[in-house]
Amino acid sequence: MIQDLVVHGVFIVYAVLMLMTVGLVLTWVERKQAAIMSDRIGANRAYLRIPFTQVKLIWWGLFHGLADGLKMLLKEDWRPNSYDRMAYAVAPWFAFVPVMAVFAVIPFGGELVPGTFFGWFEGTSEWFGDRSYAMQVAPLDAGLLIVFALGGIAVIGAMLAGWSSNNKFSLLGAVRAGSQMISYELVIGLTVVGLILIYGTVNLVSIVEQQSGVLFGFIPAWGIFLQPFAAILFLVAAQAENQRIPFDLPEAESELIAGYFTEYSAMKMGLFMFAEFIHIAIIAALFTTLFLGGYNLPYMTDAGFLLPGGFEIALPHVLVVLLQITVFWVKVFLMCGFLILVRWSLPRFRYDQLLSFAWRFLLPLALINLAITAVAVWAIQAAGA
Amino acid sequence: MKKVIDRRRKYWNEPTLGWWERFYLFEVLRGFSITGGVFLRNMKRWITGGKGALTAYYPEETRADYAAHNRGKHVLTQRPDGRPQCIACNLCATVCPARVIEIEAGFDPDDPAHPKYPKRFEIDYSRCIFCGFCVEVCPEDAIRMVRQVPGLPVPDRDHGMWLGREELLTWQPARDPAKPYPPKEGPK
Repeated sequence: MIQDLVVHGVFIVYAVLMLMTVGLVLTWVERKQAAIMSDRIGANRAYLRIPFTQVKLIWWGLFHGLADGLKMLLKEDWRPNSYDRMAYAVAPWFAFVPVMAVFAVIPFGGELVPGTFFGWFEGTSEWFGDRSYAMQVAPLDAGLLIVFALGGIAVIGAMLAGWSSNNKFSLLGAVRAGSQMISYELVIGLTVVGLILIYGTVNLVSIVEQQSGVLFGFIPAWGIFLQPFAAILFLVAAQAENQRIPFDLPEAESELIAGYFTEYSAMKMGLFMFAEFIHIAIIAALFTTLFLGGYNLPYMTDAGFLLPGGFEIALPHVLVVLLQITVFWVKVFLMCGFLILVRWSLPRFRYDQLLSFAWRFLLPLALINLAITAVAVWAIQAAGA
Repeated sequence: MKKVIDRRRKYWNEPTLGWWERFYLFEVLRGFSITGGVFLRNMKRWITGGKGALTAYYPEETRADYAAHNRGKHVLTQRPDGRPQCIACNLCATVCPARVIEIEAGFDPDDPAHPKYPKRFEIDYSRCIFCGFCVEVCPEDAIRMVRQVPGLPVPDRDHGMWLGREELLTWQPARDPAKPYPPKEGPK
């Protein structure tokens, strides 16, 4: 019992720290990548000075995120004369917490056996025994459903913020955010139903484990090869869900100042921004888990590699765990890079285009994809049985 | 009636979308390949030690494309013993259209040929228009303009945008090929 608490406590601390760090680093990555894409230099002035020396750590401007965070913490927390102090105060948390909480069900590694992993410590293996834990904060069978449940809450944050700010721009942004997020929520749900049909489960760990197999003997059985169409639709809808360009209508700077958080300042506004950046990481993590084989390399399982020719390479447990954690974050970062590339490449949609794109283009495509998948799965199961 | 044919050459693109552009997906991928290609090209330059941007780091780096005769900042020329060649005649301050030059004259009994010298010689770069009139009007060739720009950006705010006598007395005759010092003997 106490061992479970310890392990999951460590997982929670790890997940929160990693997400915070990734969110902070992503603010820098976004600025730097945008700069490099457009022949600029980008953030490169903030530095940390080692105390009592003149050594300045610039590191290509990596500390701009820290400087921004510090600035937001120290700024005056200005409040509008709002309808509802309570709603105004809790709205950033409604935007931020669900996004963080989604990560609870995403597996960031395979099976962890602490008794083996920390085998070199005196007495650890006896204390842990042969317990094993899936490396995720909340090992729930309803994994994907939790993701959608929490994703639905994020709309409330935007709506509350826009309504309680007592500002027309905020309200317009909130209305846009509401209709956009609800529309695209539907599309995301329908694209993923196809995957659920194929894998026969909503448990994210078993979805990842099923992706370490092979198709036709050599292609890794990743979701992106099983459902390429769904992968594209999922990415499009997820970008819309995150309200980033080309779907950033709720916070369109040229029309609505900053949208539903126009009236927010200091760290409350920072929470909205931070939630957006963590959302990028969450989308990347979800996409990795559902379509890119999760924490496993191709042909890799919890025991080691199983190459297509029938070769087996067994790896020690410690190495497998470290490799899985690394592979997960590398995949997540590559996906984040792609999402940022999308954000800095495309122009914004018009609002009517946005909604007709969701309802008249993406939704029918998702339905067709779902129908074809259902028929195919049924045919394969019928043939197998 | 004769049909009028418009023979002007069309140099603009038709702003219409075909079905391929309307389908959007592949055109978007083309866009990603362009932006991603630029990203990878610049990233490669940065990683291999080059510079993947056109921007110059402003205070640290001098732009390479300044003209040789660029009027960047003023210098006061010096006599062989290092004192300024200026005789504090105030002509430059008079001609200056922006009125940015302030000179306070002093008396130097040790140099009977040039008894008047500038105690203070200050230029306000926040208002200077870099027209070069001061250089043209100077009867003693005491003020010149050089290619470099004044190093005005400083981390503190007390400094202002004024350059005083000491900052202006940075003339290096060896590096001034246009007007070497002492001047060559011309034809009499």
